[in-house]
Amino acid sequence: MNEMPVKDVKAFTANDFGSDQEVRWCPGCGDYAILKAMKTVLADIGRTPDDIVFVAGIGCAARFPYYLSTYGFHTIHGRAAAVATGVKLANPELDVWVVGGDGDFMSIGGNHTLHALRRNVDLNLLLFNNAIYGLTKGQYSPTSPVGTRSPSTPGGSIEQPVNPVRFALGAGAKFVARAADTLQTHLPGVLKRAHANKGASFVEILQNCLVYNDGAFGAINDRSQSHEATVRLEHGQPMVFGKEEDKGLVFDKETGAFEVVNLSDLASKDVLAIHDETNLVRAQALAELEQPGFPVPLGVIYAEIAAEFVEARGFSGTKSKWGRDELKALL
Amino acid sequence: MSDTATDPDAAGAAKVPPLVVRFAGDSGDGIQLAGYEFAKSTADAKSDFMTFPDFPAEIRAPIGTLFGVSAFQIQFGADEVLTPGDRADVLVAFNPAALVTNLQNLKSGGVLIVDDSSFDARGLKKAKLETNPLEDGTLDGFQLITVDVVKRTLEALDHLGLGRKPATRAKNLWVLGLVYWMFGRPLDTTQDWLTSKFKKTPEVAQANITALKAGHAYGETLEFSAFPTLSAPRIAKRHKGKSRIISGAQAMALGLAAVAALGKRDIVYCSYPITPASTLLHALARFEGGVRTFQAEDEIAAISAALGASFAGSLGVTASSGPGLSLKTEAMGLGISVELPLLVIDVQRGGPSTGMPTKPEQSDLTMAIHGRHGEAPLPVLAPATPDDCFWIMIEAARIAIETMSPVIILTDAYLANAASDWELPDVDSVPDIDWPAVTSSGEEFQPFTRDPETLARPWVAPGTPQHAHRIGGIEKAQGSGHISYDPANHQEMTKARAEKVSKVADRLPPVELEDGAQDGDILVIGWGSTHGSIAQAAKELNAQGKRVAHVHLRHLWPLPRGLDELIKRFPRAVTAELNTGQLCSILRSEYLAPVTCISQVNGQPFHVSDLKSEITKRLEAPVS
Repeated sequence: MNEMPVKDVKAFTANDFGSDQEVRWCPGCGDYAILKAMKTVLADIGRTPDDIVFVAGIGCAARFPYYLSTYGFHTIHGRAAAVATGVKLANPELDVWVVGGDGDFMSIGGNHTLHALRRNVDLNLLLFNNAIYGLTKGQYSPTSPVGTRSPSTPGGSIEQPVNPVRFALGAGAKFVARAADTLQTHLPGVLKRAHANKGASFVEILQNCLVYNDGAFGAINDRSQSHEATVRLEHGQPMVFGKEEDKGLVFDKETGAFEVVNLSDLASKDVLAIHDETNLVRAQALAELEQPGFPVPLGVIYAEIAAEFVEARGFSGTKSKWGRDELKALL
Repeated sequence: MSDTATDPDAAGAAKVPPLVVRFAGDSGDGIQLAGYEFAKSTADAKSDFMTFPDFPAEIRAPIGTLFGVSAFQIQFGADEVLTPGDRADVLVAFNPAALVTNLQNLKSGGVLIVDDSSFDARGLKKAKLETNPLEDGTLDGFQLITVDVVKRTLEALDHLGLGRKPATRAKNLWVLGLVYWMFGRPLDTTQDWLTSKFKKTPEVAQANITALKAGHAYGETLEFSAFPTLSAPRIAKRHKGKSRIISGAQAMALGLAAVAALGKRDIVYCSYPITPASTLLHALARFEGGVRTFQAEDEIAAISAALGASFAGSLGVTASSGPGLSLKTEAMGLGISVELPLLVIDVQRGGPSTGMPTKPEQSDLTMAIHGRHGEAPLPVLAPATPDDCFWIMIEAARIAIETMSPVIILTDAYLANAASDWELPDVDSVPDIDWPAVTSSGEEFQPFTRDPETLARPWVAPGTPQHAHRIGGIEKAQGSGHISYDPANHQEMTKARAEKVSKVADRLPPVELEDGAQDGDILVIGWGSTHGSIAQAAKELNAQGKRVAHVHLRHLWPLPRGLDELIKRFPRAVTAELNTGQLCSILRSEYLAPVTCISQVNGQPFHVSDLKSEITKRLEAPVS
């Protein structure tokens, strides 16, 4: 007997968010780690798979929706943010995640990333940045550093790469964060913060491509050395890093730039920069910190509460208050 | 008209042939406004009518230039009026450039009203004229009325102390007043509109009304009696219910609002501004419910968001014109692959590339039917009249939802802007649009099982409990929808997608000839906005004793059942299209039928006279 389906009220575990599909990423791909973290996060958030949608473009990362038990839409290259915007317009009550690689988000779909961010549509946009085109067999990408040798740049690439965090801040994003695939104690917290933000949440996840770009992020996503190469940002906390927490960042108000200091050289820790995720100027300075020379900032770089697009347009629910009487009045 | 027979005035009035008036001037002269007001006054006079705004892409081109000329044409009459008319009985030209570019649109012997205020050396030079046509004999075959409209308007408004520039801007109302006098029209509708439009600036309302009245009064001083019958009111009570003036674009917007009302669900309209499709977005954005509008960052985002909305259980709608349709094709392919409903409206314009953005053409037909990579069929519809623009949106929505497929609706720059009198539909008599109900079988949900009747897959939106599933552009296994590269499955799915679209034809009414005709010596096949021109040409030829049948296709893909047999019943079959023969090629390849084509690609609707002569030529040629 067919009946209207009813909502499941049981608690879902991380495993419940896995699908029956065989995962087709290369063994050792950073995407496995992100998938694992995501399942944990979804279980913690506590919504049923029925109220969650993953939208993806094209590329290795974009296969993500197939491996989750939520609703999923694997779309076309670069357009996931636009498709996801439509999902939200139709049903603002859904949790919508957008997954794509550096090709999807920063190249063919750069325009859609820009506009989803500036509109502040309530989407969680996860950029899996591996600085290479994997699925098309290893060409350089818009986030590849200068000099990247690839099948299409045998002499090394000459293009200045795009810095996704700087791009997002420039687009007017109200939530910008960065994480790395293998840092499983850090990544879930960032994803949860992204979900909690009502508006467009942009998360760059540094992701290792074992086959075409192994070690592209050096020590950052090497768990044994990561603390030397990254600074974990905590709102209201001093910017301290290093395995022994022996280094820190100070902010030079004259130059508007950060400097690395050894804590042992300081008379007082009071000079250390305190992370204020609501400070846009600081966030822009943080976006400039790169290896070598600086620790790469991980965590929530910028977060500001702002009006969400679909809500501000006055759209809610899925049903229409519009009926024959309203139509007659319009005619 | 059966119901006009009971009207005492109608019998006499019907003998007067329909009349055509054309206004032409600078794009900043308020030509379209004057034209629209004249159309309203025509509706008040209970005449039937059809309008044709014919304007350039440039918003405010340099004053007096040939490329900056904007025109508005209206045909009205006591009998049914199907087209805006070929050539005008009365042409108003506001400057030399308007005269040069529009004189060809005036009947020989027609009335020509010319504002001669800019027929000086400078004005003539801008219109690339070496001699003054008012003096060189060019206008000998016409009934010429020259007035310095600017001077007369300034004189009339002198006491208001407005200054030259604002006062000059009322010149279109002055001319409208004169034309109203010519046709015995009262001024009150336009006066009332001006009063309410300029409520906050009563001095502007006063200036415009004064100009209108001055133009009207000027008529009294003219020794003009060319059309004494024109002042007689003509009455064509076509409609039983209430009616209003409507353009194709407005009708489409109302049609989409109807889709929301009949389906009791908001629909999501996503588009990127493009001429001539933007008017639809503007109309929808003003509605207070039913349609959630979204101005996307580009054409691709627009269709992508619309498809996302459909995935989420709403009906996504996008609209564009040729260049935008090109950009949307990849996403349309995705819509076909994931089998989601979606409406794609193409307001066609002259192409390729930017082409002629404000001029109609029907040259996207082949692209609509075939223009996607892979085997990617979808239903294609085309409304025939402004009225049909309303109904076709409802029909297209039903087809999209029943078939689980994107549907393309082809209209064009003429149909979008052309306005006619529209009898308001009886909303209560239109059945609901049913959103498919979701039921649970207790087993795992299979998103690509097919309805045995329609071959459509189930449409289950995110948020539906126990039905979470994934879809995507990679080939899917029949049934489960899992990724599948299996050769036999791809063959089967390709066939199923095509059959599903083909089956739409099973649910269409049988194809019928216009005006209840059964046979004839030639079949004229049309589609889209050419309906009025072809119908009028057939009517006039048949009145002369010719045997011309007309079939007008609203469904271009799949083609209606019985069309093949119908075409082959006639000794001659010809398409009439504003392209170089796209429907003709399709009919020839589908049916192996020797169809020929009357083609026109000059950015204008067909003239009835041109169609008549082309059809006559073919009637006189021996049957091959």
